[in-house]
Amino acid sequence: MFDVAIIGAGVSGSALAYELSRFHLDVVVLEKENDVALGASRANTAIVHGGYDPSPDTLMGRFNVDGARMCMELVDRLDVEFRKTGSLIVAFDEEDMKEVRVLYDRGLRNGVPSMEILDGKEVCRREPNLSKEIIGALWVPESGVINPWEFTLALMEVAVREGVELRLCEKVISLKKRDEGYLVETERGMYTARYVVNATGVHSDEVHNMVAEQAFNIHPTRGQYYLLDRSIGEVVKSVIFQCPSPLGKGVLVSPTIHYNTLVGPDSEVIEDCENTSTTREALDDIARQAKRSVPSLQLGSNIRNFAGVRANSDYGDFYIKMSAPHFLDIAAIKSPGLTCAPRIATYAIELLREAGLDFKEKEAWDGTRRVVRFKEIPEEEREVFIREHPLYGRVICRCETITEGEIVEAIHRPITPVSLDGIKRRAGTGMGRCQSGFCGPRVQEILARETGKAPEDILQDKEGSHILIGDTKEGRV
Amino acid sequence: MARQDYELIVIGAGPAGLAAALSAKEHGLSRILVLERDTELGGILNQCIHNGFGLHYFNEELTGPEYAGRFIDQLDGSGIEIVCDTMVIRLENSDDWRIVHAMSVEKGYQRLKCRAVILAMGCRERTRFAIQIPGSRPAGIFNAGTAQRYVNIEGKMVGRRVIILGSGDIGLIMARRMTLEGAKVLACVELLPYSGGLNRNIVQCLHDFDIPLYLSHTITNIEGKKRVQRVTVQQVDENRRPIPGTEMYYDVDTVLLSVGLIPENELSSEAGVKIDRRTSGPFVYENLETSEKGIFACGNVLHVHDLVDYVTEESQAAGKAAAAFVLGDAPADSGHVIEIKTEPTVSYTVPQTVRVNEVERSLRIFLRVNKIWEETSYIVFRDGDNVIARFKRDYMAPGEMENANIPRVLLDRVKGNTLRVLIEEA
Amino acid sequence: MKTLICIVCPRGCHLNIDEENDYKVTGHHCEKGETYGRNELLHPVRVVTSTVKVNSDIHPRCPVKTDQSIPKDDVFHAMKLLDSVLLTPPIRRGDIVVENIADSGAHFVATRDLDT
Repeated sequence: MFDVAIIGAGVSGSALAYELSRFHLDVVVLEKENDVALGASRANTAIVHGGYDPSPDTLMGRFNVDGARMCMELVDRLDVEFRKTGSLIVAFDEEDMKEVRVLYDRGLRNGVPSMEILDGKEVCRREPNLSKEIIGALWVPESGVINPWEFTLALMEVAVREGVELRLCEKVISLKKRDEGYLVETERGMYTARYVVNATGVHSDEVHNMVAEQAFNIHPTRGQYYLLDRSIGEVVKSVIFQCPSPLGKGVLVSPTIHYNTLVGPDSEVIEDCENTSTTREALDDIARQAKRSVPSLQLGSNIRNFAGVRANSDYGDFYIKMSAPHFLDIAAIKSPGLTCAPRIATYAIELLREAGLDFKEKEAWDGTRRVVRFKEIPEEEREVFIREHPLYGRVICRCETITEGEIVEAIHRPITPVSLDGIKRRAGTGMGRCQSGFCGPRVQEILARETGKAPEDILQDKEGSHILIGDTKEGRV
Repeated sequence: MARQDYELIVIGAGPAGLAAALSAKEHGLSRILVLERDTELGGILNQCIHNGFGLHYFNEELTGPEYAGRFIDQLDGSGIEIVCDTMVIRLENSDDWRIVHAMSVEKGYQRLKCRAVILAMGCRERTRFAIQIPGSRPAGIFNAGTAQRYVNIEGKMVGRRVIILGSGDIGLIMARRMTLEGAKVLACVELLPYSGGLNRNIVQCLHDFDIPLYLSHTITNIEGKKRVQRVTVQQVDENRRPIPGTEMYYDVDTVLLSVGLIPENELSSEAGVKIDRRTSGPFVYENLETSEKGIFACGNVLHVHDLVDYVTEESQAAGKAAAAFVLGDAPADSGHVIEIKTEPTVSYTVPQTVRVNEVERSLRIFLRVNKIWEETSYIVFRDGDNVIARFKRDYMAPGEMENANIPRVLLDRVKGNTLRVLIEEA
Repeated sequence: MKTLICIVCPRGCHLNIDEENDYKVTGHHCEKGETYGRNELLHPVRVVTSTVKVNSDIHPRCPVKTDQSIPKDDVFHAMKLLDSVLLTPPIRRGDIVVENIADSGAHFVATRDLDT
């Protein structure tokens, strides 16, 4: 019997697994997909938010500033790509300026440090590509851009290394109360655990309803994006938000950790919470809105469109509580969930402790992680580094300059990837302009070789996403 | 730090790099290094197992590997140094020297010094996202060239029921290839009102197998969560906008994209080489020297060719020019410089700039027209209103690169600093 | 009258072939085109290119071609013959892989060198 079963290996579940790994506890994480971070944690705006937006009387408002600070500490400890870019919330007219001042005041109440209200001239000086119609903005320096899937992976990798069991492809189908806890039934087997944590994102209402009275409903909300080639140069230095207005929330234009430009998202409530398709209408609409902030935006340099589904709900806040005996919901985690994840994890531990779970710290616990990124090795040190680590001398992904050494290292980390996208999330291959046209077959070969599989068994992404269907010359003509 | 000095470093050992290196050798260079990122020579020709190569250059019909083989054979005993499995990741340029930053498992990180560089890195395929096809992102969407590598080199099948977007040559060739390997190709869909591929490929690859070609159509949606399940094809209007009500649905597991090639010039740009937006390749002079002194370009990194034969010729010219540069016979910047200006009927020319004094007997100008000319018409070069040269053509299409050979004597007649090139009806 | 696009070379001449008039060809720009136009209607032929299996981890396939054109109707049959071929390196360009395809006199030959 496990002490704790966490259902869901998104950023919430992973941050909790990381925190729980400090203690003498038997923890299992049950994830329905074949890797971590395959829900909202991989397709989002990739921002550590400043904390001016959520209302102070919500958990979101209470956790944001702490969460952001904790994220910034964690990215150092876990060697996760992050850049403190700051954000600007731009105003096009007096109505918007009013909103800017509202956000500023709310930020103060939430404890957001060092905010400033800038005039149009100053905005223009800092961000010359922004529209000349902008008359002012809120500047929030304590915010930035992060690699969200790497963050999630890093948290879970350390958790697994420190003793947490991660079971992939384990979709939970029922929860039954037993004297000492729960019987957790998955499509493939049974687990027993004294405490169960529901961290299932867009599915968190379904899982909640397995053991408790209906309390909230998830309204899966899709957001679509463009990712632009960095060859167009630095479009913006900081994250550019538009003011929320009666016309809508507005779309953002943001640099990414790799100096690409991210544009989006829209917001559309959809039926199927796994529907991450993009649509012509939404993409056109996002383009139009984004050009309001950056009139010269070159969407023709697009290298990828994607969509993510957020676990918005009718509850209006994160739903984090002991909803049944020994059952903790970390539910309805929407924006700023990524930022808040580390703080949610410590809050969850408080709730579990109150509910009777015994926390005894391990004497030896290493909460750090290091990865080698060849690109970041100074030129003068590369020769020696390659001599000592020859596989770092072979570039596999030419757009992003990712070496075989980095790919092999990523494969042999605590959570073994099974797909090209799994390698992409760990090593960054295929993120560039050719979208793995060149490196895809080679990454597939390396992954097959290193994990003792046939190339046909290497997937594109989730279970069933086969790239190859067999050999030629099998007499099918 | 490893340091060897070369006269010439050629980046890329595909058809362009091989021909350039051999030509430089023939024109007097002895210390030549060719760097190739793949583990073998020949570049993309290795996966182009179909025939049709070499009709112009060798006057016979060869397959891609055979065409490459002819050049690889010549390397034996040539003294040209070849290093495979090596990636060039940076290029520095100064007045006298070029420094090539190359890395490999074998030799680590090297800064290689040389007098001249020939860029011969080829091109990459435009992706689904560059043309913004909406829908889901399942497995089963391949660039045609990636699929070609899987099928021809690795011996792996990429799908059973296939639709092809783009009627460029690679797409057409893959339609036949997939059919011969037992897949069902349901259609080839082309956004433009004409095909970008060679006529012979439309006949041999589509007509032979009754594969329909839909012109002025495109894929407007892709469905499927794990693997592709269905695509929507729609007719487009003259502004290439999908026409509502023309939807056709195809149940397929595979989408192959042959929607254009883009010269790969990130390395060149970072070295300061100026890029022509029309070709996505470097601006070059008559001798294929780029805007950066001592850096030359040829093959698909310069502009996308439809025939490898022309790549060979162009690359030989680049090799010859690089040799002349190294041996001190460098073009003087003085003298009459003419810029070739394209008029709306012509999408680009290579070269873009001509130093008239450097042209020996004649100058071959490659160009592409931007629509189909079915009636007899002329490629016309004008200096102001004066016609400098006229070349008659019975048929021209954007998919088939044109070339015009202008004698030096005619170039000498150009008085201004620009030469306009345009297509005029007969 | 039948119209065809000549596939002998990349020029792609538009041929008109008069079936009523001894298959007289017009629209061609060379003799090869004339021959092609006539043959394409009377007995069309194609060069077939494909691959065969190779006993090698580095090069699992070797490209091959028919060393001369074979009747168009035999193309799929010719492809079938390749399924059972397994080559072992070294292989040289021009090595015969399948002899006398369907009694056509054409052979499948390797189109590249593959070393051990």
